[in-house]
Amino acid sequence: MRKKVVSGLLCAAMAASLIGGCSSKSAQNTQSQSGTPEATSKEAAAEKGAGSTEGKVVNIYVWNDEFKARYEDYYASKLPAGYTVNFITTPSENNAYQNALDEALLNQANAKADDKVDMFLVEADYILKYVNSDSTIDLKDIGITDQDMSKQYNYTKEIAQDGSGAQKGISWQGCPGLYIYRRSIAKAVLGTDDPAEVQKAINDWDSFDKTAEKMKEKGYYMVSGFDDSYRTFSNNVSAPWVDGNKVVIDPNIEKWVEQTKDYTDKGYNQKTILWAAEWAAGQGPEGKVFGYFMPAWGVDFVMAGNSLEKAEADGGKQEVGNGCYGDWAATIGPESYNWGGTWICAANGTDNGDIVADIMRTICCDDATMKKIVEEKNDFVNNKTVMEELAKSDYKSQFLGGQNPLQMYCDAAAKIDMSKISPYDQGLNEEFQTAMHDYFNGTVDKDTAMKNFYTAISEKYPDLKIE
Amino acid sequence: MVKEKKAKTRKKISYAKWGYIFLIPFFATYFIFSFIPLVNTFYNSLFENYRSGLTQIGPNFVGLQNYISIFQSDLLKYLGNTMILWIIGFIPQIIISLILAVWFADFRLRLKGSTFFKTIIYMPNVIMAASFAMLFFALFSDDGPMNNLLINLGILNSPFRFLATVWGTRGLIGLMNFMMWFGNTTILLMAAILGVDSSLFEAASIDGAKSLQIFTKITMPTIKPIFIYVLITSLIGGLQMFDVPQVLTNAKGSPDRTSTTLIMFLNNHLYSKNYGMAGALSVILFVITAALSLVVFFVLTGAGKRRGGK
Repeated sequence: MRKKVVSGLLCAAMAASLIGGCSSKSAQNTQSQSGTPEATSKEAAAEKGAGSTEGKVVNIYVWNDEFKARYEDYYASKLPAGYTVNFITTPSENNAYQNALDEALLNQANAKADDKVDMFLVEADYILKYVNSDSTIDLKDIGITDQDMSKQYNYTKEIAQDGSGAQKGISWQGCPGLYIYRRSIAKAVLGTDDPAEVQKAINDWDSFDKTAEKMKEKGYYMVSGFDDSYRTFSNNVSAPWVDGNKVVIDPNIEKWVEQTKDYTDKGYNQKTILWAAEWAAGQGPEGKVFGYFMPAWGVDFVMAGNSLEKAEADGGKQEVGNGCYGDWAATIGPESYNWGGTWICAANGTDNGDIVADIMRTICCDDATMKKIVEEKNDFVNNKTVMEELAKSDYKSQFLGGQNPLQMYCDAAAKIDMSKISPYDQGLNEEFQTAMHDYFNGTVDKDTAMKNFYTAISEKYPDLKIE
Repeated sequence: MVKEKKAKTRKKISYAKWGYIFLIPFFATYFIFSFIPLVNTFYNSLFENYRSGLTQIGPNFVGLQNYISIFQSDLLKYLGNTMILWIIGFIPQIIISLILAVWFADFRLRLKGSTFFKTIIYMPNVIMAASFAMLFFALFSDDGPMNNLLINLGILNSPFRFLATVWGTRGLIGLMNFMMWFGNTTILLMAAILGVDSSLFEAASIDGAKSLQIFTKITMPTIKPIFIYVLITSLIGGLQMFDVPQVLTNAKGSPDRTSTTLIMFLNNHLYSKNYGMAGALSVILFVITAALSLVVFFVLTGAGKRRGGK
């Protein structure tokens, strides 16, 4: 009798595990999102409002910590009680960020109020994809008026407008780019570190090449790697990457390929890849790289940290004397350009429209906040009044050895033309640079590199045709 | 006569019935989670189905168009890459595993601390492949510890860019696969050798057989079934190699796509949720894997049978 009971229980247990296994798997499938988002909640668990349709959790999708830092410094204290803000961070490498974001947006209608996407960040390289879709809403619908955005640079507004003129995105920064060089290397090779004098030495691409030769003679590198000057060329193209649905390679991009191959062969660069550890090391105290093409966000978000001898994680501070912080200066360089830019969009179906609008207004429109952002973070904000005022003020950038680069940034910002972007830019830029790395390294010839580029593109964007 | 047979079979079926009932959970799970998706994949591969931006294109029925595009692409190149990467890792793995297994199982050598060694060689298998690959990426980078070590030892004058050369990258991937799996293989083979009747070894050594002869004439034929198992599972794992090259080359399969494996190729199609192409590639991979496994199986067991094995 006991044997029968035991064996009967075992059978039941096995049957239960079969059914139990089934249901948990299928539940997992409907709730999990593809990609690997890591959620970093800031406060305790969200309280669900008693019977309200509005959730108390504001979900913001980002790909790095830049906006999170801005939020924490300039808005977090104003957040109304009872709400929590949840940053969902997915790195943008290989499209992981967009994949996670797309899954969440397409699931918006089915998501609970606390899980709905409220706000998300997009880059210039793919902003058109979201602006022209139904996943973003006109900012007027959440209360951002033309008056609020009146002081912004026009190009930041135009990019984020869809075909019918609805304003779908807003940005707190402008991204004019300059050439940031090491003062000590300039003194050693050119004899001076004054920005005006250095500018004469790199005023156009021919003088840039000549200076590169001088740098090489003294044992320094003009640029760090292959991709450093890419944006300078890619931003000054005469036509977008994609014409209809055909990929077109602009002559200016070809110029980048030529210059980089030339520089690599002559040893003017260290053969590094953008954002790699070796690339960042060139910005440090031991670095032998003369300069980097960087926009304002690059100076603060990337170079300042890399220049320190004692890293911030080890307790070091961003101040003169720590590594080569302060040994840099900015000048316009051979061509003006802009690099990227981050826009904030409000997701269609958001349940926290008021808070989203308030965050946007504070960080992207409020004069006092934006002035603080420049002074404390050396960023270039999207506010003509503030920037012009600071350009004429005593504002000094400690990182740039006491220089006030803002007038240069303002002038460059006025010239920015972003009419040649396409929704496919991110994949095309990434894959083109990757394919060309093999050519620069000498692993393959140029035709094979191009073939690899086209193969990669046909995988990423099956609807594009190759010329 | 017939009644007797019926009585006998009735008795047998009553016990066998329980065996089948206990097997039902496995088959039900397999059917729902493996077989139906398999058929579904094949069905999906006949459609053009991907996402451009946020708009869904398809599913439109296109028949075998996806298969044609796959064959027109560099499928053979990626298959070649995958096989090369597998072989670079597998050959050292099997040789060293066999040597170590013979030494560990040898009753005369009586190696000290063999348990300690067995634990150590199994440990790389426990590390996640992705973190292992990140570790190697940092170790062998242009400015990394490996290059510094080689320069300090005077072997190199300037950093050798492992990850920018074709065979450097492939070698590193093979090395990683070797380190991750040779522990597992050693233990399997050692278990197989321990299963061989030790009186055979004693008799052979009394008869004056050298170690090499013992190995080739006694050990290898007896552990043939386990050896085939190791070969087939390693082959299937090798064909599906993904995580190590994906993380090491940052999903690019560089340089020149020479380290792009078949599954990396499939993953690239999932960039734009291209279920049509991905499905076609999955089916092709399934056919290749099944064919290769059958080939290995029949070649080895066929030869074994002819030699008068069981």
